[in-house]
Amino acid sequence: MRLQLSPELEAFREEMRTFFTTQVPQQIRDKVAGHGHVSKEEYVEAQRALNAAGLAVPHWPVEWGGRDWTPLQRHIWREEMQLANVPEPLAFNASMIGPVIAAFGNQEQKERFLAKTANLDIWWCQGFSEPDAGSDLASLRTTAVRDGDDWVVNGQKTWTTLGQHADWIFCLCRTDPTAEKKQRGISLLVFPMDTPGVTLRPIELIDGGFEVNEVFFEDVRVPAENLIGEENRGWDYAKFLLGNERVGIARIGSTKRMLAQAKEHAREITVDGRPLLEDPFMATRIAELENELVALELTALRVVANSADGKPHPASSVLKLRGSELQQAATELLVDIAGPLSVASFAEEGSDVPAWARVATPHYLNYRKVSIYGGSNEVQRTIIAGTILGL
Amino acid sequence: MDFTFDSEQNDLREAVRGLLERAYSDSEVRRKVAATDPGFDEKTWSRLAEMGLLGLPFAEEHGGMGAGPIEVAIVAEEIGRVIAPEPFIEAVVLAGGLIAAVGTDEQKGELLAGVAEGTSVPAFAHAEIGTRWSTSASSVTATQAGESWTLSGVKEPVPNGARADVLVVSAVVDGGTGLFLVQGDAAGLTRTGYRTHDGTRAANVRFDGTPATLLGTGGDQTAAIERALAEARIAYSHEAIGAMDTALRTTAEYLKTRKQFGVTLNRFQALTFRAADMYVSLELARSTALWASMVQDAGGDVVSAADRARLQTSRAGRHIGKEAIQLHGGIGVTAEYSVGHYTSRLTAIDHLLGDGDFAAARLARTVADRETVDPLGAPYAV
Repeated sequence: MRLQLSPELEAFREEMRTFFTTQVPQQIRDKVAGHGHVSKEEYVEAQRALNAAGLAVPHWPVEWGGRDWTPLQRHIWREEMQLANVPEPLAFNASMIGPVIAAFGNQEQKERFLAKTANLDIWWCQGFSEPDAGSDLASLRTTAVRDGDDWVVNGQKTWTTLGQHADWIFCLCRTDPTAEKKQRGISLLVFPMDTPGVTLRPIELIDGGFEVNEVFFEDVRVPAENLIGEENRGWDYAKFLLGNERVGIARIGSTKRMLAQAKEHAREITVDGRPLLEDPFMATRIAELENELVALELTALRVVANSADGKPHPASSVLKLRGSELQQAATELLVDIAGPLSVASFAEEGSDVPAWARVATPHYLNYRKVSIYGGSNEVQRTIIAGTILGL
Repeated sequence: MDFTFDSEQNDLREAVRGLLERAYSDSEVRRKVAATDPGFDEKTWSRLAEMGLLGLPFAEEHGGMGAGPIEVAIVAEEIGRVIAPEPFIEAVVLAGGLIAAVGTDEQKGELLAGVAEGTSVPAFAHAEIGTRWSTSASSVTATQAGESWTLSGVKEPVPNGARADVLVVSAVVDGGTGLFLVQGDAAGLTRTGYRTHDGTRAANVRFDGTPATLLGTGGDQTAAIERALAEARIAYSHEAIGAMDTALRTTAEYLKTRKQFGVTLNRFQALTFRAADMYVSLELARSTALWASMVQDAGGDVVSAADRARLQTSRAGRHIGKEAIQLHGGIGVTAEYSVGHYTSRLTAIDHLLGDGDFAAARLARTVADRETVDPLGAPYAV
């Protein structure tokens, strides 16, 4: 039992902090801090800055740009990145398809995709959920039928995040409809978004933004060489990939940043002649959230310290569950601090409402998603009850 | 940063667990022990002494083991696991801790060996009716006449106040709050003990010109009291973790065996999801309690770390304590079944030295002074 980071890790943390706060363009970080709209070009610029320094995909195999860090180093890397408001490397590339290709792809696929994936030369999107396959993902119905040297894909995906920017999609398709277990007949195909037969329909969200899409496939011909891993083993790769998705999903650094902003704004608003931050009820609400976040951060540290063998610690479901709740609580706090200003969501020039207050409600509404994606919180409770408590 | 116990610490846990599981093999044993004064088992107390646990945090030169906060945490958690009624935290960590922190070398030499041997069971007489969770005394006053002191006023509730052979008493002195030692057989001392809802004991302790000895060299001891309370709060957090762990495991086991509507209760998602939430509360509280002990070990800001541990374990203790009963149904409310006793003990722990709202309010007072909280940075890691 020891509280302090070792001198080496302390130096590592400092190195990360310095890099993130000096080498990633300030105007991009300001946008992330202000919960503004980060453009495709800005995502690409930030990820390339990280990749040039070997900081985009440290968790990949060393051969493909990984750094062979300990879980604790990766945790520090991620937290410092969030604290510095750096847009994280695109999850679809860095946490999802990259590690899958590195682990299960053939040599040709690794050479073809991995370097470009790390550098965001290829922007990937995820073709997993379908209208009738959400938490019950294995019920997916999009089919891929072999025809000569091609697979022919038909069906529909949904919730495809940032699909409007994507160059390629990784897509779970049913390749054996006769398989005894529905999980057994699924394969993982990758193909360009501009392949004939692929159409994309943006879905407007309650915050007025466009970040998810429906993707339709009509007789899309995909060369057989674009199958990742083995035919009908796609479910195993999806589980591997979703395990990676859960890593870092607690977003502690990002919530910490939001609480710091909340304090800053609560200082500037006066209630009954004194700053809102000095109101005992508000101060206690923030103090409680801070403490919940400390508890979560310490739990994350316990989990990363104990998952060195590659297997996730059973408490990792706690991270997703509580991490999402705290992200949501922080966005709610910001709306409450903004008070009546929080309705000015779509004000343009000519409004005096500060930018943070304008984005507060859309951000809060948008963040209802975090307890739904990445395995909904109800799925996490099922995992905890089943695998940990044996219920 | 390392969250793992070393092999000696694991051995310690195993030994304590073995001893306490033998002593409290089922909840009926505890119930019987709690039914008669002094509310704990003197034989178990002696066995804890033989194992060296009653001198765990004291220096070796004073008959102790010279162990640190992590070892204390391990013992406290194991006590909580079976809710052993032995006053380890009250007598060793809190009253003993004050003697070790404030006492003169002579006082430490004289008193701590007795505590470690199990022959002396001290109690800290601090709470006063009309105030709560204060670091100072207000109604018990100390009067000096030449070299000698007398105390007057009432302390209540004093955990184990009737059984204790020596009392550490906080009292108003010129310029603050002083600490005094009062012998159990002192003139002008009246003690009225009673049973508390959790099966332990507390007392009304009345001083009427009672002769007392200054603990340490005098002056205002508010800071020492604050620190000792913080260390005891951390220890209570660990006792609470042990109790919550058992309450959750007992509840999960019950859900797997109890049948209604022809199926075991774990078939009802309305129940299993609530058990999952209990697990979340427990693990977050466990992380915070372990961290607070590490802060104490590292010499960081133990007072604020204790508030953080207290807040998290208070909220978790209430959540788990209440849900454990609800998920059991009627049996959970009976004294004949174990789980309600855990809830009762968690409730006592929550109120003895400050509850979650108390801790939250203290943390709120400094919320504007910090941009963020870094549990691995200042003021915790130094």
